[in-house]
Amino acid sequence: MAVIRDMIPPCELFQPASIGDALNLLDQYGENSWVLAGGLDSFDWFKDRIKRPEAIVDLGGIEELSGIRADGDGLVIGPMTSLTEVATHPDIVGRFGLLAQAAEHVATPQIRNQGTLGGNLAQDTRCWYYRGGWPCYRAGGNICYASAPKAMNAEHCVFGASRCVAINPSDTAPATIALDAQMVVTNSSGETVYDAEDFFIGPGIDIERMTVMEPGDLLTAIRIPGTWAGADFYFEKIRDRQSWDFSLVTVASAMRTSGGTIQDARISVNGVAPYPMRLDEAERAVIGQAPTDDIGVAAGDIAIRRAQPLRHNAYKLPLMKNLVRRAVRAEV
Amino acid sequence: MTEVEIIRDRGPRNYSRRKFIKGVIAAGATVSASSYLFRGPGVLTAGQARGGVERLMTLTVNGQQRRVDVLPYETLAMTLRYKLGLTGTKLGCDRAECGACTVHIDGVTHYSCSMLTHQVRGREIRTIEGLESPDGELHPVQQAVMDEGGFQCAFCAPGFIMSMAAFVEDNPSASRAQCAQALSGNLCRCGDYNKILDSAERAVELMGQRA
Repeated sequence: MAVIRDMIPPCELFQPASIGDALNLLDQYGENSWVLAGGLDSFDWFKDRIKRPEAIVDLGGIEELSGIRADGDGLVIGPMTSLTEVATHPDIVGRFGLLAQAAEHVATPQIRNQGTLGGNLAQDTRCWYYRGGWPCYRAGGNICYASAPKAMNAEHCVFGASRCVAINPSDTAPATIALDAQMVVTNSSGETVYDAEDFFIGPGIDIERMTVMEPGDLLTAIRIPGTWAGADFYFEKIRDRQSWDFSLVTVASAMRTSGGTIQDARISVNGVAPYPMRLDEAERAVIGQAPTDDIGVAAGDIAIRRAQPLRHNAYKLPLMKNLVRRAVRAEV
Repeated sequence: MTEVEIIRDRGPRNYSRRKFIKGVIAAGATVSASSYLFRGPGVLTAGQARGGVERLMTLTVNGQQRRVDVLPYETLAMTLRYKLGLTGTKLGCDRAECGACTVHIDGVTHYSCSMLTHQVRGREIRTIEGLESPDGELHPVQQAVMDEGGFQCAFCAPGFIMSMAAFVEDNPSASRAQCAQALSGNLCRCGDYNKILDSAERAVELMGQRA
């Protein structure tokens, strides 16, 4: 039987004008609420009838959630700021170019015009079994279809699996980790600030969520400290199609070198685990060294240690290794 | 004609099974399509809590004020095509992938299939119908497409032309490569990209002459 999927099924829509009103609505509807940012991902879920919220809370009318402003020597970015604005804002391009590059690599011009930084960071995984509405672990079931013997898992994880093998698809997430960004999460009982690295979680912590945010929580600000302003950045996203696509493996790094030696480094990779990974060991291996190809290779080798590829995704290991290598030696 | 069943709504708002004739929609019959759109719940509880939306709204489309009754969960493409009769905006994938539904909101390109009409209240919407000037003079991009014979089947053309128009208006000296990047959010299944880019280059030229 054919299934018509051209209308979003009935639900209520709220367009609150303040964070307080939005939080009240989220509390009122609890798990049946849905936070709408750009909506590019949300509407697919709704049209496919896989996510069926009772109430959509559209954040588009809350002024304090968008815009970019200076904060000491860093920046505070509203989560509803469009990816186009993040990619072109002079303060971001000039001082935190890594984030601008990451935002520019997201999808298409139309999607960047509407999609938001907060939505890109908090987006759900692309695992096609989960997306297809299969009752997997992440959907509340008790099986992972993507790690079954004949599963198609070329785009799944090589690290961090815990029953679920899906990956985090965000392009901007590894950039926020490399920049030591902080996420401000607000709910009706107050505000909590998370380091970007801790904001993203794997299935070992909660198999149904990609971030620390639970129903009733809102991402209300992204803080970029001045720590890495003007550092040497490297961003590369590998995808099946050059024009636009989700990432297979993405690397984002920030480094400070002086006297031919790497003084400090942050390297983050996405597309290889259910969360964007920070490569602490590889970072330690390059600090104090010259940014040469040899050191890059060594860092790449360290990065892929302990990887556990699935049947169809072992190609991600050389990909990841070489991206780390390029990130390190790019600073020559 | 084939009868197709719509997935039933679950939960407290569980209506009787709704059916409609797919062929009628495919034929683009506005009346049938809008009766399908209106077949939702009679009264929605909008306005109960703070921030609930009012269904009756005024949209600014191509410089005109249009009063329209919009469901809370209705996409802009649906409103434009089936309520305002602006069928120049095409629905291809309905999933923010193909770009056939591209329109301008405040001069910036958006996929109208993937935004709610309620999200554009108070903003300037421009569709392919609003591209030519009121005296009937074609937009430089439209003229360029005619000059270069830019499309084959042209189902994707309105979306491409809207993307092209937004881009060349802001970048009147763009290169072919820059045009290609600006058009990367639109797909052409005929694969006519070279001629589309020829048109884009011609459009840049015409914009330059006009300036």
